[in-house]
Amino acid sequence: MLIDHPLLGLRDAQEFTYLGDASLINRPDWQAENAAQAFHDYLYLRDNPAGEHRELWFHEQGDRSWLVVTRNTLTHEILKVELARDVAKAAGKAD
Amino acid sequence: MHKLKAITPLGSDSPRIDTIGALTISEGVDSALASVAARAGQETAVRDLLAEKLSLSLPDVGRSADAAPLAAFWSAPEQWMITAPHDTHELLASELKAVLGDAASVVEQTDGWCRFDVIGDTLEDLFERLSNAPIRTMGASSVRRTTVEHVGVFLWRLSETHVAVFGPRSSAASLHHGLISVAKSIA
Amino acid sequence: MAQNNRLSGGLINRDAALNFTFDGKTYQGFEGDTLASALLANGVRLMGRSFKYHRPRGPLTAGSEEPNALVELRSGGRQEPNTRATVAELYDGFSANSQNRWPSLERDFMAINDRFSNFLTAGFYYKTFMWPKAFWEKLYEPIIRKAAGLGSLTGEDDPDHYDKGFLHCDLLIIGAGPAGLAAALTAGRAGAQVIVADEDFRMGGRLIAETGALAEMAGEAWVTETLAELASMGNVRVMPRTTVFGAYDHGIYGAVERNADHLIAPATDKPRQTLWRIYSKRAVIATGAIERPIAFENNDRPGVMLAGAVRGYANRWAATPAQSVVVFANNDDAHQTARDLMARGVVVPAIVDTRPDAPDVAGTEVLKGAEIVDSSGRLGLTSVRVRTANGQTRDIACGAVAMSGGWNPNLGLTCHQRGRPVWHNDIHAFVPGEGLPVGQIVAGAAKGEFTTEAALKGGAAAAVAALSDLGITAAAAELPAATDAPVAITPFWHVKGAKRAWLDYQNDVTVKDVKLAHQENFTAVEHLKRYTTLGMATDQGKTSNVGALAVMAELTGKSIPETGTTIFRPPYTPVAMGAFGGRAVGKDFHPTRLTPSHKWAEEQGAVFVEVGNWLRAQWFPRKGETHWRQSVDREVLQTRNSVGVCDVTTLGKIDVQGADAAAFLNKIYANGFAKLAVGKTRYGLMLREDGVAYDDGTAARLAEDHFVVTTTTANAVLAYRNMEFVRQCLCPEMDVQLISTTEAWAQYAVAGPNSRKLLQKIVDPEFDISNEAFPFMGCGEITVCGGLRARLFRISFSGELAYEIAVPTRYGDAMMRALMEAGEEFDAVPYGTEALGVMRIEKGHAAGNELNGTTTALNLGLGRMVSTKKDCIGNVLSRREGMNTKDALALVGVKPVNAADPLPAGAHLMNATGPVDAAHDQGYVTSAAYSPILESSIGLAFVKGGFDRKGEKLRLVNPLEGQETLVEIVSAHFVDPEGEKLRA
Repeated sequence: MLIDHPLLGLRDAQEFTYLGDASLINRPDWQAENAAQAFHDYLYLRDNPAGEHRELWFHEQGDRSWLVVTRNTLTHEILKVELARDVAKAAGKAD
Repeated sequence: MHKLKAITPLGSDSPRIDTIGALTISEGVDSALASVAARAGQETAVRDLLAEKLSLSLPDVGRSADAAPLAAFWSAPEQWMITAPHDTHELLASELKAVLGDAASVVEQTDGWCRFDVIGDTLEDLFERLSNAPIRTMGASSVRRTTVEHVGVFLWRLSETHVAVFGPRSSAASLHHGLISVAKSIA
Repeated sequence: MAQNNRLSGGLINRDAALNFTFDGKTYQGFEGDTLASALLANGVRLMGRSFKYHRPRGPLTAGSEEPNALVELRSGGRQEPNTRATVAELYDGFSANSQNRWPSLERDFMAINDRFSNFLTAGFYYKTFMWPKAFWEKLYEPIIRKAAGLGSLTGEDDPDHYDKGFLHCDLLIIGAGPAGLAAALTAGRAGAQVIVADEDFRMGGRLIAETGALAEMAGEAWVTETLAELASMGNVRVMPRTTVFGAYDHGIYGAVERNADHLIAPATDKPRQTLWRIYSKRAVIATGAIERPIAFENNDRPGVMLAGAVRGYANRWAATPAQSVVVFANNDDAHQTARDLMARGVVVPAIVDTRPDAPDVAGTEVLKGAEIVDSSGRLGLTSVRVRTANGQTRDIACGAVAMSGGWNPNLGLTCHQRGRPVWHNDIHAFVPGEGLPVGQIVAGAAKGEFTTEAALKGGAAAAVAALSDLGITAAAAELPAATDAPVAITPFWHVKGAKRAWLDYQNDVTVKDVKLAHQENFTAVEHLKRYTTLGMATDQGKTSNVGALAVMAELTGKSIPETGTTIFRPPYTPVAMGAFGGRAVGKDFHPTRLTPSHKWAEEQGAVFVEVGNWLRAQWFPRKGETHWRQSVDREVLQTRNSVGVCDVTTLGKIDVQGADAAAFLNKIYANGFAKLAVGKTRYGLMLREDGVAYDDGTAARLAEDHFVVTTTTANAVLAYRNMEFVRQCLCPEMDVQLISTTEAWAQYAVAGPNSRKLLQKIVDPEFDISNEAFPFMGCGEITVCGGLRARLFRISFSGELAYEIAVPTRYGDAMMRALMEAGEEFDAVPYGTEALGVMRIEKGHAAGNELNGTTTALNLGLGRMVSTKKDCIGNVLSRREGMNTKDALALVGVKPVNAADPLPAGAHLMNATGPVDAAHDQGYVTSAAYSPILESSIGLAFVKGGFDRKGEKLRLVNPLEGQETLVEIVSAHFVDPEGEKLRA
């Protein structure tokens, strides 16, 4: 596969390491009342869609950017690629 | 002056030079290297300071810039590698830190890397067998981080006939072996 | 031997005669021949034995779709089994042998199978070898293994090397027949980056196999002209002998270029083959079409061939399988074979055409509405029996049949992703349908457009369309006029009543087998395939799938498209494993990382061990030491009694800087770092988000905003990746920058009571490293040996007074020598990873064996380290109830009651009395060693509730080896439990 890196253009997926669902960016608040449940859901409950999936890829053999790749798991069509850092910032991760 | 004697990444007293067919592959030991990463929100300040104090204008994504004796190439978002001659700038990281202060995180990288300079007309034939970089369309001053023989490297195209390969120093022998065996196979 | 079946003309170089052997017999061919064409020219039709029935076989085709003529090439390490004689390019000194026969091709013992064919039908394996069950392993399997497969390997190492590489292009053109060449010319002239690849050694496809493809010039002439123009273009790469074997995601193709298969051996240092990964923006599939046989009784005798192949042998290679050839067809195209053969003096006694309305052909009799119903000839065809339209039978003597059931577009590469072929009624064949791989355009015969005119125009149009997608304007190249007539075909698949009529020649599947599959209700195409093994040979059923589907369709009363189609997978044709391995073989299988002291260690005669990609010194044998334990014990004792030096460069080092560096470390480590003073180092434990501890190390604070984090050697890459995840995805607003400096610094542990004294000789005098000035866990930037910048950390893995000293890597070798020289007066020893391991076990430090992916901080006795006052990765889930039970596993030491008893790591622990079973398991030993200081075996173990069980005796059990050993639970800190040595 080729991943259209927002900064570097098309790069071979071989240069990347796959992590999983991009919802891992949305780490719960450790002090919330339901923190244990929230962390459980965050870590273990994932969708496994046949179709569009937002997922995290790390450009390990490249610029070391984490990317959020929106990919169709049936066709491998890549619909969108964003810098995970931008996604996280937009989500208001303030830490 | 200290009394310790340096060895080359390939483990010798002097750099290795091989000429195979149209290519010369030389082990480079004379560049000092430091990484410069802009602190949060300081990219403009870093660019301005280096431009003003060292006449070095930092390159954009995938590019290198020259301001002899310094040169720089892009390595990651808001991060660059700066090179300079080792003899005169062994303490390059400290020199840069002195210029940049709290605007940047500067890390000595000199011995983190081995460098091989590949010079000759057939270097595109060589690199298309070693890496997935589109070497034929990588013009001068372009830089790409990728892998060669399963080793993470920077490929820096200095001119039509000159590419510098930076790889992790510990893997110098494996990287060199790959360069040499492919050079022989295309010679 | 005379080339009795060599005709006039052809594209062979008669000035270059080549000697070759087949089954030890010497023959002569010409440059431009394949093994098959040369053997046919020499009158040899028999080239192999079939897979199951060992039936005599000759070539069916003239290309890579060949199912029959599989041979072994060369000998020794270069022996290559199952190679198609139809694509093996001849060279002087070429040698090949037939296979799957014993003792000889002519007299094959296993041909007895053919007599028992009634028992060896489809599903035979499933039905026959079921009982008695015990016979499987001892009897059936060895016999089947011996009988299975075709060619053999010698078991010797392949002496050649294989290369690999990466190519990039705008347009990849696969196939260099009329469509491919027209596309290449069009795209090349437009200035696009073009690769044109063809599996053949001579490009041109059907243009060089046909006599009248072009109206006003010879096909070969236009091909030569076109290739010359393409070769002159800097933007076009012409790759003959290159098989594009797979279409992968996003325009990536796999291809194998045979650089030296046409030579007796590759030149020194030159590859035999090169595996290319081709990144294409667009691809034109111009792979042509594959002719299909007609199933008639005994249609597999040597001499029964496809009509297009017979024509190709005659026109391109000036070879004929026999001097008398009967044509059997259901279409007009095959009639050209008769015309071409007769033009070269070969007798065509008749054309047997299944169509009552077949056209006439001058010079031979066309038997309209007739069928071939049987054939004769033990080792090669001698005659056929024809049933004419009026039902009479008639035997015709002939040495070959040129048959044609029509043509199938060569779809392989269009199916490698999600492409499903669709049926096309005009040509009675499947054509590429929806779901083609991204960027593919199909042209010419591969698309079902079977005339030369359509192929040329279609190829040019495909290139124009593909480039237009890329924003490149191209004009279709002007092309020569070519023949153009509608395909005249009436479907005909098999002769009624035929049983042993072959569909799949390579896997010996006949019409009868398909009928049996139907009878037993394996009618779905995927069932049919697996039940009969149809299409499952290395040719993937290129010549057989559609014919078998047609038979099944007839049996079920469905149409062929309703019956379905099988699709193809990579590789298009078999690819040598060596090509996939490329340069990564033997010691080059993975890169090797060498430590800064490697050269020095080699000089000392060190024994090395692979740790990931690293080579580390395992121990340093001295003269007179005959067992590794002697060396390791000495290294441990000498270190503990005086001083030892160990290269610890391999530990990951990550430079962490920024205003929020301390806050960042608080996030990645379970324990707190905010209050760590500058000039101090702290042990840190990293958790996974699920609360399991996965790595540990130290972080040294060099400045308020600057730390150096160390990781274990094994987890250096993972820890860095995780840290970048936290930085970019979880804490994007933090001011923190990371970079690896593992390689930049040569780092040595200097351990033992004399370590300070040794270092005082190395560290420049202006730096005070006394216990007061540089206490335990201190760190700082110093200079050594007269001014070299260095870093010093007072940390200890061994439990001794110890330091780690780091210098720029290029000075690492000199530093090691300087340390050993300075240590001479203390009898300093270098120590390797074994002694390092013994000492950390003696000290009770956890390592990879303990951080095994299931253990928590609590298990490690570090539960209190997990701060509840701050967030960190793994914090919340590490507090889960199930991970904090009272009887949770706890890291303790174990010591045998009898000191000499060995303690195997991995052994389980049971109570002193009671049953030995999983239900009564008390824990397990993670690490074990012989401690020369304690003169006893010792181990680290996880024991249920172990912290409160010190002094208790347990049984260590190792049921695999019948071992039971009584051990005592002790503190994991066997050495210096109070840490006095560390702080001395």
